[in-house]
Amino acid sequence: MSAIPDPIQAGLAAGWRVTDCAQLSSDSTLEADVVIVGSGAGGGVTAEILALSGLRVIIVEEGALKSSKDFKMREAQAYPALYQESAARKTRDKGINILQGRTVGGSTTVNWTSSFRTPDITLAYWNRHFGLKDYTPDALAPWFGMMEQRLHITDWPAPPNENNDLLRRGAARLNIPTALIRRNVNGCWNLGYCGMGCPTNAKQSMLITTIPSALRHGATLLTRARAERLVINGDKAAQLDCVALDAAGLSPTGRRLTLRAKHYVLAGGAINTPALLLRSTAPDPHDLLGKRTFLHPTVISAALFEQRVDGYAGAPQTVYSDHFLHNDRIDGPMGYKLEAPPLHPLLLSTTMAGFGAQHAAMMQQFPHVHALLALLRDGFHADAPGGSVALSAGGAPVLDYPIGDFIWDGARRALLTMAEIQFAAGARTVTPVHEAAPAYSSWAQAKAGINGLPFKLLATRVVSAHVMGGCAMADDERQGVTSGDGRYLGLANVSVHDGSLFPTSIGANPQLSIYGIVARLASALAQELTGKPAARPAAA
Amino acid sequence: MTTRRSFLKIGVAGALLLAAGGAAYRWSQPAAAPHKFILDHEALAVLVAVIPAMLGPVLPADAAARAVAVQAAAGRVRDAILGLPTATQKEVQDLFGLLSLGPARRLLVGVSGGWAQAEPRQVEAFLQSWRTHRLQALQVAYLALHDLIFGAWYADPATWASIGYPGPLQELAA
Repeated sequence: MSAIPDPIQAGLAAGWRVTDCAQLSSDSTLEADVVIVGSGAGGGVTAEILALSGLRVIIVEEGALKSSKDFKMREAQAYPALYQESAARKTRDKGINILQGRTVGGSTTVNWTSSFRTPDITLAYWNRHFGLKDYTPDALAPWFGMMEQRLHITDWPAPPNENNDLLRRGAARLNIPTALIRRNVNGCWNLGYCGMGCPTNAKQSMLITTIPSALRHGATLLTRARAERLVINGDKAAQLDCVALDAAGLSPTGRRLTLRAKHYVLAGGAINTPALLLRSTAPDPHDLLGKRTFLHPTVISAALFEQRVDGYAGAPQTVYSDHFLHNDRIDGPMGYKLEAPPLHPLLLSTTMAGFGAQHAAMMQQFPHVHALLALLRDGFHADAPGGSVALSAGGAPVLDYPIGDFIWDGARRALLTMAEIQFAAGARTVTPVHEAAPAYSSWAQAKAGINGLPFKLLATRVVSAHVMGGCAMADDERQGVTSGDGRYLGLANVSVHDGSLFPTSIGANPQLSIYGIVARLASALAQELTGKPAARPAAA
Repeated sequence: MTTRRSFLKIGVAGALLLAAGGAAYRWSQPAAAPHKFILDHEALAVLVAVIPAMLGPVLPADAAARAVAVQAAAGRVRDAILGLPTATQKEVQDLFGLLSLGPARRLLVGVSGGWAQAEPRQVEAFLQSWRTHRLQALQVAYLALHDLIFGAWYADPATWASIGYPGPLQELAA
């Protein structure tokens, strides 16, 4: 038995209003002031602020309620239990694999804790191109500050693990600046298993911060409930229809829930929120709903070192470089952010190309494997317009994300940069994750080799953990389906409070962008609904 | 026997066969097809042939131990598939259905007899050609087999010692 106190089990014992809809034996109708769809970064922050402000809140979550007693740091259990589609969600042509959470706390329960404020240059672009005049660094600073305090986002005091330090050392030898990543942790054990749910409740995810706070203040949480459609009557949503899912979260049980509220907040993430609105046939006069979906398309470079790297051990992401986001115009050739990913056997073995003896030889060196990733900043250039969410015949979301030459050019430059850094750090060999790439044994060889690789779908491994856009904010309805205050245009009582609001990608890991921006939106909504200033959440 | 060369030439005919094969497979199933993936006899035969080619030297050399490891890996592949959305489970079922159909196996895969008689070199050639095939559907099928088999293999704690992975902190993982 673990000796780690489990705040979720304690809360359930204390009488939190939580219903596992997989267990429902009859249909149900519930009412509240506000229904919130999703319990991740956007839904969690909204739920706490509204509940603290005295509003009756229902939170709808498709995933299950898991907690530290369930988080055993095993990929085989964590991915099916905590991620969308067992961590194998894919774009329509299967060219991009998407990591997204599906559990109470959403992606914040499984993310790698990297915390960045929205870059100033991104906000300046939103001002200039989407008329978002309130989205300035100064105007948002108090909201970022509030959420940093709420979620213990601070400098990480421990030294980077070797996987991250190799990025720092290699870049330094090439005069490429790096910096340290701030993290949302409190009492972190430096284990390295953030992606499988924090076993010690150190990560300040929504699961152990805002959601418990909302539940203590009377909120209701429905788990294993899938929001199917808003019933729209004129310019208002009249109800939200949900279906209960079985315990595995794969099939509807046949039980249905009808939720009625004064206001509906959609925060299911940038694939599921546009899909819910599409199923609801929400107003979309300019055909923008579900369009301009961004992924930070991500490419990976693996390397072998003489020394042990132990990429599974220690805080997963602590060093980054924004150098290649700033050495050209934001709307010029694609920029990219460099980070290191944690390495665990299932994710590494499925990510690495090849089979048989070649693959086995790489896995044999597992403790010596190093990896870097590059997040390509999409949405700022006409040739990186993002993808689009549509519905399958069964109503499930399907994301189409074409990758053109402009993005492939960024991918090639990013793989070149990462190989050069890895060799500068002392790598014996570097292998870009690409079906046609061998292990290169020198920078000169890698440079020639990568320049000769065919950059195309399925051959180049492309992944994403940051889904954004699809319900873009703008001050002009020809450019977006939501306004700068998060309200869905044409529906008086529907807001969007998640990463789907972003009119471009962020150019950084997006969790703190969602926390800060949604804290402001939720506070304004609370004030509007109660007629009083919104409550201000504070760390427990 | 279809040679590797003629196999690679198939192109459009192969694509049509792939489409037709999937449809034929679906039509041959009962109308009220189950939603969940079933590792039937044919799918198991495919996996038992493909797993050793995919995993290569990580499998035990001893024949009996090897057979046990392959069967266990096939079971874990099934478990992984059962965690996928039901629509994806159906796509995977269709892939195994297609690989089991005689004409598809001979023309697209290059394996003329049953999977049980396939030579390891034939299976490796099949994987390599689908991996680099100009038909995206075949590349996707290769990647699905790649991810399912490697994911299932390295998810198993019994394999961790072989790659020097200590696994999570015992005190918390219990």
